[in-house]
Amino acid sequence: MTTHNWTPDQPLISIRDVHKSFGDLEVLKGITLDVRQGEVICIIGPSGSGKSTLIRCINALNPINSGSIKVEGQEVNDPKLDKLALRKKVGMVFQQYNLFPHKTALENIMMAPVKVLNEPVDEVEQRARKLMKRVNLIGKEDAYPGELSGGQQQRVAIARSLAMNPDVILFDEVTAALDPETVNEVLLAIKDLAQDGMTCILVTHEMGFAREVADHIYFTDRGVIVEHGPPATFFTEASDPRTQEFLSQIL
Amino acid sequence: MNGFQQYFYDLAQEYPRWNFIFFYDPTQSDRVIQGLWMTLELSVICVILSVVIGILGAWLQGAPSKTVRIIVQGYIQFFRNTPPLVQLLFFYFALGQFTPTYSPDGWLEVPIISNVGWAIISLSFFAGAFNVEIFRAGIESVPESTQEAAEALCMNRAQIFRYVVFPLAFRVSLPALNNNLVNLVKTTTQALAIAVPELLYQMISIYNDYSTAQYACMLVLFVAYIVLVGILVFGMNHWERKIKVPGYGN
Ligand SMILES: Nc1ncnc2c1ncn2[C@@H]1O[C@H](COP(=O)(O)OP(=O)(O)OP(=O)(O)O)[C@@H](O)[C@H]1O
Ligand SMILES: [Mg+2]
Repeated sequence: MTTHNWTPDQPLISIRDVHKSFGDLEVLKGITLDVRQGEVICIIGPSGSGKSTLIRCINALNPINSGSIKVEGQEVNDPKLDKLALRKKVGMVFQQYNLFPHKTALENIMMAPVKVLNEPVDEVEQRARKLMKRVNLIGKEDAYPGELSGGQQQRVAIARSLAMNPDVILFDEVTAALDPETVNEVLLAIKDLAQDGMTCILVTHEMGFAREVADHIYFTDRGVIVEHGPPATFFTEASDPRTQEFLSQIL
Repeated sequence: MNGFQQYFYDLAQEYPRWNFIFFYDPTQSDRVIQGLWMTLELSVICVILSVVIGILGAWLQGAPSKTVRIIVQGYIQFFRNTPPLVQLLFFYFALGQFTPTYSPDGWLEVPIISNVGWAIISLSFFAGAFNVEIFRAGIESVPESTQEAAEALCMNRAQIFRYVVFPLAFRVSLPALNNNLVNLVKTTTQALAIAVPELLYQMISIYNDYSTAQYACMLVLFVAYIVLVGILVFGMNHWERKIKVPGYGN
C-alpha cells in the first residue's frame, strides 16, 4: 500500500466535482463535499436526485466518470484502486437490510471478519456478541433473518457493518422500509453510534432525526447540491425554492 | 443348498418362467453382485462429478470473460441437446481411439481410459450440463442486493460465491438437482452399450445364457432401481429439510 499522507485533521472523505452517468442519464452533475472525522452528515432530496448513487460511489459500488473521491487520502476514482482496502474503511447499511438469510444474526456479523479478515473466531464472536448488545438485540443471536422484524434485521445489519471496524459508515435510507413503530429503534442505534464519534453519512427522509444528529445537511436535487448548512440554519434559512418546496412537503 | 436356494430351485422346476437362477447358482449371483457394485460405483462417482461440474460451470458462467461464458454455453448445448447414448458411443469409439495406451505386462496394450472410465466421463458431463443450468437458475434467484452487501463487506468474487451466493442458490436448486440425479442414476444403464458390466448388462447376459430367467431378471432390475433411486431421493429430501432455513424459501 502507498501512503497517502492523510492526517486526521484533513477531511476523512473529500468529494470533488464528481460526475456520474448511467448511459445517457447524468445522475451526478458535479458534487463537492467534505466529511470530517467524527462528523455526521445527512443527505436529503427528492427521489431520483442521486443520493443513493452518490454514497454508492464512495465505496466504489458504482464507478464515477470524472472528479475525485478521496477516502483518507486514497483516491477512489483510480483504476488501480484496492477496493477491498477501501471497503474495509467504509461500511454500508442498506435500505433492504440485505442480511444473509442462511446465517443467524450472530453468524451474519461474524462472517466477514472471520472469512475476509481472517480474524480468530473466538475474538470475533466476543466482539459480535458485544455488538448485539450494543444494538439492543440480546437473545436474538441465533435467530435467522427470516425470524426477525425489519427493525431487528436492520440493527443486525448495523452491527455487521460495525464488526469490520470501519472508519465511516454509509446509511442509505435505512429506515425507509420499516414500519413506523420500528423506525425509532434503528434511529436510536444510529444516534448512539454518532454520539460515540463514528463518522456517518446518512441518506434519510427523517427530518427530525437529521435535525437532531446531523452536523451538516445537504439538499440535493437532479444531481447537484442545491443547498447545505448546519441544521440550526438549514431548516430555517433555506432560500432556494426547490429546498423550500421539498421541506414543506416532508415536514 | 440352503433353504433359501432350495426354495428358488424348486420354484424354477415347478414354474420354469420364474427361474431366479441367481438365487441358487453362485456363479450367477456373483454376476448380479458385480453388476450391482458397478451400477453403484457409476452412480456415486457420476453424481459427485456431475455436481462438481455443475458448480464449476455455474461459477464460470458468471465469469467476466465472454469467451469462458461462450465455452460453457457451448458445452451445455452440446450435452443437453444430444442423446446420452450417442454421447457414450462417441466418447468411447471416437475419442477412445486417440487415448494413449500403456502396457502393464509388457505385452498387451491397454488404453489408459477403460470403457468404465469413458462411461463415467460421458455420463458426468451429460448430467453436469443440466446441473450447470440448475445451479444457474438458483444463482439467479439470489438478489443482487444481497451480493452487494457482501461486496460492501470486502468480499471478493470468489468469497461472495462461496459464502453467500452458492449456499443460497443450492437451497433453491435442490429439488431440480434431485430430479436430475435420479435421471442420471437411471441413465447409467446405457453404459451397457459400451459393454460396461453394470446391472442391466449383467442381467441381460444372464437371461441370454438362461432364457427362463428373463422374467426374474426383469423383476430384480425393477426392484434394484426402485431401491437405489429410493435411497437417493430419501437422502436428498432429508438433506433438503436439514439445510432449510427458517423464513427463507418456501
Ligand atoms: N444501476 C443503474 N442503472 C441505470 N440507472 C440508474 C441506476 N441506478 C440508479 N439509476 C438512476 O439514477 C437516478 C438516481 O438514482 P438514485 O437511486 O441515486 O436516486 P435516489 O436519490 O437515491 O432516489 P430515492 O430517494 O428514490 O432512493 C435515477 O433516475 C435512477 O433511475
Ligand atoms: Mg436511494
